[in-house]
Amino acid sequence: MTNSLPETVLALLPFYPLISFLLLIGFGKRLSWHMAAILSVGSMALSAISSFVVINQLSVQSPILTVHLWNWFELGLEGSLTAKINISFYLDGLSAVMISVVSGIGLLIHIFAAAYMKEDENFTRFMAYMNLFIVAMLILVLADNLVLLYLGWEGVGLCSFLLIGFWYQEKANVLAARKAFIVTRVGDTAMAIGLFMLFKELGQFNINALTENANMLWTVGDDAPYWIALLLLGGAVGKSAQLPLQTWLPDAMAGPTPVSALIHAATMVTAGVYLIARMNGIFLLAPEVMNYVAWLGATTLLLAGIAALAQNDIKRVLAYSTMSQIGYMMLSLGAGAFSAGVFHLMTHAFFKALLFLTAGAIILALHHQQNLFKMGGLLKRLPFETALFAIGLVCLMALPGSSGFFSKEAIIAQLWSSNTAGPMLWYCAIFGALLTSIYSCRLFFLAFMGEKRFDHELQPSSSKLLKLSLIALAVLSLIGGIFANTIELSLSAVFPSIEPLNLDEPHWLHSVAIAAPFVGILFSWFYFSNYRGSNKENYQDNPSALVLFCRLGLGFDRLYDLLLVKPYCYLARLNKNDLFDQLIMLNAWYVGICHDVLKSSQTGKLRWYAAAIGLATLLLLLTLNIESFSLEAS
Amino acid sequence: MSAIPLSHILILASILFSIGFVGVISRKNTLFILMSLEVMLNAVGVAFIGAGSAWHQADGQVMFILILTLAAAEVAVGLALLIQMQRRFKSLDIDLLSKLKG
Amino acid sequence: MSNSATSLSQAHLMMGLNSLQLMFYFAAALAIVASLKVVTGKNTVHSLLYLVVSLLAVAVCFYLMGAPFAAGLEVIVYAGAILVLFVFAIMMFGLGQDETLKAPQAHAFKLSNINIWFGPSLIAALLLAQLIFAIDNSAVQEKLTSNIIEAKQVGILLYGPYLLAVEIASFLLLAGLIAGYHFAKPEGVSLGHNDLDKQKETGGHS
Repeated sequence: MTNSLPETVLALLPFYPLISFLLLIGFGKRLSWHMAAILSVGSMALSAISSFVVINQLSVQSPILTVHLWNWFELGLEGSLTAKINISFYLDGLSAVMISVVSGIGLLIHIFAAAYMKEDENFTRFMAYMNLFIVAMLILVLADNLVLLYLGWEGVGLCSFLLIGFWYQEKANVLAARKAFIVTRVGDTAMAIGLFMLFKELGQFNINALTENANMLWTVGDDAPYWIALLLLGGAVGKSAQLPLQTWLPDAMAGPTPVSALIHAATMVTAGVYLIARMNGIFLLAPEVMNYVAWLGATTLLLAGIAALAQNDIKRVLAYSTMSQIGYMMLSLGAGAFSAGVFHLMTHAFFKALLFLTAGAIILALHHQQNLFKMGGLLKRLPFETALFAIGLVCLMALPGSSGFFSKEAIIAQLWSSNTAGPMLWYCAIFGALLTSIYSCRLFFLAFMGEKRFDHELQPSSSKLLKLSLIALAVLSLIGGIFANTIELSLSAVFPSIEPLNLDEPHWLHSVAIAAPFVGILFSWFYFSNYRGSNKENYQDNPSALVLFCRLGLGFDRLYDLLLVKPYCYLARLNKNDLFDQLIMLNAWYVGICHDVLKSSQTGKLRWYAAAIGLATLLLLLTLNIESFSLEAS
Repeated sequence: MSAIPLSHILILASILFSIGFVGVISRKNTLFILMSLEVMLNAVGVAFIGAGSAWHQADGQVMFILILTLAAAEVAVGLALLIQMQRRFKSLDIDLLSKLKG
Repeated sequence: MSNSATSLSQAHLMMGLNSLQLMFYFAAALAIVASLKVVTGKNTVHSLLYLVVSLLAVAVCFYLMGAPFAAGLEVIVYAGAILVLFVFAIMMFGLGQDETLKAPQAHAFKLSNINIWFGPSLIAALLLAQLIFAIDNSAVQEKLTSNIIEAKQVGILLYGPYLLAVEIASFLLLAGLIAGYHFAKPEGVSLGHNDLDKQKETGGHS
């Protein structure tokens, strides 16, 4: 089979990081920092260049590029039919956006990580896991069937687990890794069941064929797509840290900061969004589920925003902010505004990666101090980082001109008259925007303004690589809006256009949406005024009960602990001496009894043994005699 | 000449065997047990010789000779054990040797 | 007349056979009685003498059964050698007194004695009944004739088809010899396994 050049490039895309991963894992200990960094970053660079090459091949005339690598396995159907599961990649507008985000932002974060983790003794292991993550993520977004997608899906979950627990010497990190793994496993199980159902109903896993068949077989509102969509939503909710499976994400911040940036902000957590967008054919057949998605997103968006208001750890603020922004994406998908959601996914990846990496640089300069109340006054001392962080926050708040503005406004604009959303959700989104700007301002005031509240000397990193990647991300965040039209165009081939309801949209909609963040800024300028002042006593972190409640993630952890973990542990303790073990031990007990009975015959007295032999002979003779007697009688 | 029925000889052997058996399981003195064993072995010899004579075969006597050897070896070992036992336990009570009680 | 003649001849026949047959039954009865005395005896040496009597009676039976060689062996080896071994052991190592009979239950009266003998006797009686029943019911109708089986025949068989059995018997005797020597060895004497033996001693005493 001969492939054209772009197809070959596409086929090789995930293999550069894979090779790098294998080399790093195999020879990690022998490689110097330079070698390992060049290997991992170089492979990422190759991947990034390849992705841009193949994306440029896509045009309006040929919006799709596929490449078949090999046949993975076959599933038997009724009769002699089989469903082939191929390793083949499928590139369209949606996956093009995703691979550009994954490999582009991945490259920048790899560069940052190479500098950030330089001193770590397990540097090669770290870079190997990062590379493996990129492999899995690329497979996830390029998969042309759901089984391959699931492989990537579980692969990124594994890497997330490995990287959260990267500093496994500390118990908290390991617990956080375990929590992330188990909580996402709940969603993944739902998703697996959804996949089984899908296969049972439609007999194949190829995504395009699935969508076609589903549209032929089912009409809008059927039961089968409803349940399948709901189960797939379960998987998406787990992976994207939406309500009610959101509790793992704040704890996942225990991992190194580049991990938080790459996996828990830019790429992996948006896999759920990607899944729903990819399976839009199924979801559109289940409008109720679309509605659930929208409400789920809105609820998460508000709750995460409220929780972010009360955090004192800079990374946890960003984590809740991530949840809230993914809530926006979910809301957008639920409203049928797929391309807006995917666009927000991209811009969010830019500015959230920027925010996390800048936060990482600040944390590094402050000797691993993450508490906001122990920062302050960084504006004068770290102007470069402050500027970058401010750019990130501006995008996050969606101030006009920034990339976040274009994507978020696109979402909000489509909510009011959507089939599956409505004015209520529009209000939620506006309130969410308000919350976003308030917690962003609080974060900025606490960290950068006021007096310095840390004891050590600052140690800003002088690494050029670090700065390079940060600047690149900042530029992307600022000018991300210019991709809006390109993306709109390329995604229009992927998503069906949905006719909005003919509602009378009030003329003030857009102005309110644009004004909301400014209102938030104004509010916090006055409300958090003491955070800007120079009085150190204002920074005492003595939270009220309400703040503490919000800081602990609105009590979800406590609730799950009470409802699930405690009863489960109780049951486990109860069943410590396994009930089924007891059944089997019954056997042993029976054998023991028999043993005791037989043992009592072992008197050690010779005469008894002789008597026993005599008795046995007696019985033997008796039977023989009876036999011969009865033979004679007959 | 004599025409003793084989069954009578076998009955004689059975009676002797039973007597020996009673001795083995009722006597506590190991020496008596040994002697009872001799009686039992002898009874078996009677049965063999009787059967051999009834069918005019010398095999019966051959078996008797083998039993004789067996008895000789057994008595040698048994008496040696008895001597050892007398030495250690100052008694010939067979019930004292019950260490292998389960 | 003829009737009475036949009955007479039968009687004569019986009488003619009677002398030897009677002898056989007499010897058998003697063997049984002597054996009973062996088993129930209280004095070791007396029992041993009864055993000699029993063996001699059985030797007579052998002779009457037409096996003079076996009878000779019975007298020489059994009543001679083996019994002498018993006597030596009893005399030389002081095994004479049956101290088990001095135990309380032996001195107690007949009730306890009956208790001791009752169970074994019952088993033995049942066993005997079975055996006799089996012998009676079996198709064995052979009678012993006056045919005498010579020592020569036995010898030919012994060193012909039974050669292997003879070899094994010789090994058995050798093993008995060695075992007898080893077990009956006085305590102080050893073949260089002093420590081992001492350990065994202490183990035996504890």
